Amino acid sequence: MRTDTADIERPAKTPAFQQLSPGRKAKNHIATTLFALAFVVAVIPLLWVLFTLVRRGLSPMLNADWWTHSFYGLLPNDFGGGIYHALVGTLEQTFVCALISVPLGVSVGIFLIEYGRNSRLARTTTFMVDILSGLPSIVAGLFIYALWITTFGLDRSGFAVSLSLVLLMLPVVVRVTETMLMIVPDELREASYALGVPKWKTIVKVVLPTSLSGILTGIILGLARVMGETAPLLILVGYSRAINFNLFDGPMASLPLTVYTARKTSTEAGEYRMWGAALTLVLLIMLINLIATLLSKLFAVKTK
Amino acid sequence: MAKRLDIENLNLYYNKFHAVQDVTLQVHARSVTAFIGPSGCGKSTVLRSLNRMHEVVPGSRVEGKVLLDGENVYAPGVDPVQVRRTIGMVFQKANPFPTMSIKDNVVAGLKLAGEKDKKKLDEITERSLRGANLWEEVKDRLNKPGGGLSGGQQQRLCIARATAVQPDVLLMDEPCSALDPISTLAIEDLIAELKKDYTIVIVTHNMQQAARVSDQTAFFNLPAVGEPGQLVEIGETGKIFSNPSQKATEDYISGRFG
Amino acid sequence: MSESRNSERRPDPPGEVGDAPVNTTEAPVLEAPVTPPNTPTDKKVVRIGDRIFRSLATGSGVFVVTIIAAIGLFLLIRAIPALQANEANFLLSGKWETGDPDDLAFGIVDLAWITVASSIFALVLAMPVAGGIALFLTQYAPRVLARPFGYIVDLLAAVPSVIYGLWGALVLAPVIKPVAVWLNTNLGWIPVFGDGNVPADSGSNVFTAGIVLAVMILPIITGVAREVFARTPNAQIEGALALGATKWEVVRTTVWPFGRSGFVGGSMLGLGRALGETVALTVILSYTYEGPHYSIFDAGATFASRIALGSAEFNNNLTVGAYIAAGLVLFISTFAVNALARWIESSSGKGKE
Repeated sequence: MRTDTADIERPAKTPAFQQLSPGRKAKNHIATTLFALAFVVAVIPLLWVLFTLVRRGLSPMLNADWWTHSFYGLLPNDFGGGIYHALVGTLEQTFVCALISVPLGVSVGIFLIEYGRNSRLARTTTFMVDILSGLPSIVAGLFIYALWITTFGLDRSGFAVSLSLVLLMLPVVVRVTETMLMIVPDELREASYALGVPKWKTIVKVVLPTSLSGILTGIILGLARVMGETAPLLILVGYSRAINFNLFDGPMASLPLTVYTARKTSTEAGEYRMWGAALTLVLLIMLINLIATLLSKLFAVKTK
Repeated sequence: MAKRLDIENLNLYYNKFHAVQDVTLQVHARSVTAFIGPSGCGKSTVLRSLNRMHEVVPGSRVEGKVLLDGENVYAPGVDPVQVRRTIGMVFQKANPFPTMSIKDNVVAGLKLAGEKDKKKLDEITERSLRGANLWEEVKDRLNKPGGGLSGGQQQRLCIARATAVQPDVLLMDEPCSALDPISTLAIEDLIAELKKDYTIVIVTHNMQQAARVSDQTAFFNLPAVGEPGQLVEIGETGKIFSNPSQKATEDYISGRFG
Repeated sequence: MSESRNSERRPDPPGEVGDAPVNTTEAPVLEAPVTPPNTPTDKKVVRIGDRIFRSLATGSGVFVVTIIAAIGLFLLIRAIPALQANEANFLLSGKWETGDPDDLAFGIVDLAWITVASSIFALVLAMPVAGGIALFLTQYAPRVLARPFGYIVDLLAAVPSVIYGLWGALVLAPVIKPVAVWLNTNLGWIPVFGDGNVPADSGSNVFTAGIVLAVMILPIITGVAREVFARTPNAQIEGALALGATKWEVVRTTVWPFGRSGFVGGSMLGLGRALGETVALTVILSYTYEGPHYSIFDAGATFASRIALGSAEFNNNLTVGAYIAAGLVLFISTFAVNALARWIESSSGKGKE
């Protein structure tokens, strides 16, 4: 504070700080409220969907048969039955999708970051992966239909579904591998080379383990996403109410397809099954999300 | 163990940029050679070319010879992987492998080369860590991650890792630039001990450090911006610091530039 | 010298022929009058492990490129005969009669209307909400809450689209019916709110579909917007704060201008997703043979839901070809929108950082 004489002539009590005009204050409050409200608006449908699922889907699930039986032989008005056939289909189709897309996608990621750099092939590959990443799932289904069924003359099957899921999964795997390899510091690669370790061993033993946690999490989250896909299934496989373990032959159920198909049985029992299957699907996806979180913690690079 | 290095007419490039011009010098066995000079003069580039790490950078090119006890490391048919196993390197920033324990870090070079004998690996771990003056500090937590150590300990871990593969030459690229004075002193003491067994080349920005640890000093300079770096002179450390033969060296050492 | 190296470099393989040829030739130097013969660079040592690994990685890149190119080719091969046999104008007709392969008549104009109407309506709803959420999460929410809150929004993306479809058709539609009727009666003079080809209270129209689509693309737009808003340089924010700006003024003068184009890019990504969404719309929209009235109370089919509905009649190549032709149009439009999104996003980063 200045203490010279000029202060004496000022009013005895000047406010210590300049006041904010009411208009500015109000605008600030309105903006804050609106933005917070936007978040609430987003939470409403989420809670609403989850609430609906639990309210309508929980009771079929509490029946012990739900996890061990199929819908085989049920008449439209029969209650009961189980989701086992669809669980089998979903898990098999997703697993085979992972079996193809993960090694392929990780190698493409390694190629792009460790070998390709800015080569023409790398640019073309990135372009193709970009195309895939925006691909509507129904078009992925059509792609595989054009290739597998009309061109190769093979039948609709669970395996064709897996192939279409690969198209959707591949860009996820490539992207996450690329991102995670990119953040591995070059110093680690150089340290390994300087010890006389060949490049491929450096990638396998040093670079990949460092980025494992991130790649794994990204892949599992991608699988959870792909698991809920319905559109390609409508084109590529018939629905079966019985248990079918064979990916290569015959119609095969899966959770999303069961939800979609059960909707057409417009009886109380059909709706009962539909919501049960829907809740099962969401629970499975959440479980896998949870596993992804746990794995990322488990494989994270430790410092202590 | 401990071999001599002869660099003959070495020219280094990044794409079209001529980074280092026409360097010829000798590095004696079982001694410490320091490279000093202003930023951008090419001293680190020369160092990295000695174990063929320079070519790791896309677009880089090497002309000339680097002879390890008379054998050119750039001769056709020489595997850079073998060169690097013979000529080890310690980097500016400590870079232990984050996924590996302290012990696995030390023996990483051996393990990745396929060594499986557990007893031998244990022995080498202890010997290398003792050699790096780190054993007493970490012997109780060999299976803990290397990333949990302090900066100075990490750098000594990296030195242990480099010596575990028993190289003939050890290259150090500003190994103390990221460390506090106490850790720096520990590393300098270590260098003095290591030179009994190894040929050491160290790049440093710190002239006192060069004066303290090295037997001979090479001064690199940049004649002008955009021109390649050059070796100005090389000589016994005492002579370079007290009575350099070139004016540029004297100017740099007395702090008139750089 | 480390400071002069390109920071974006990737270490090269040890001993690879790659892009970093190492010349082992002697430099012509005055002191060395006898220059040894040039040594060829192709005699370099490449380890067998490296060669295999490199081939595997490169091979998978080639494989992906080939397979996608091949699929594109197959689609064209399938679509062309159907287009040749088509008795209607593919681009201008609203007909979709593909059951009889000898009498194909199909056009995309109605599909295009329903697709575009529902997607744009979704975008109009989702953009302000997503922008608000992104600003709230990056600028307003306390740091400890921002992450879990963001996670909640991301959860919206984890719900499968068939479930959104069920929820939209069976739960949401009855609830919003009064809103639809009110809009139709009171704002019906605006063309898009006029009578559709199904009654406004049916619920199975573009109105419901657009709201559900908005929920589905919300996490996509929010994700991108959060990222760009969070990248606002702190110096700019602090500069505004130091001038005595309120939080809102900080957002308006620094965060929003900085992130605007990224936000638009994210919205385009969301649009791409909405255009291709299938099952939710298949479940919600009722199919009608009456042409659209160009109102948001229209029902019908989008490209994607038309294909899904038609899967039952995939029994001969010409019929399938008709659907593939529609699929190609969808594919090209989503690709164009996504490319636009990427272009906007990448050009937004350049000028400002």
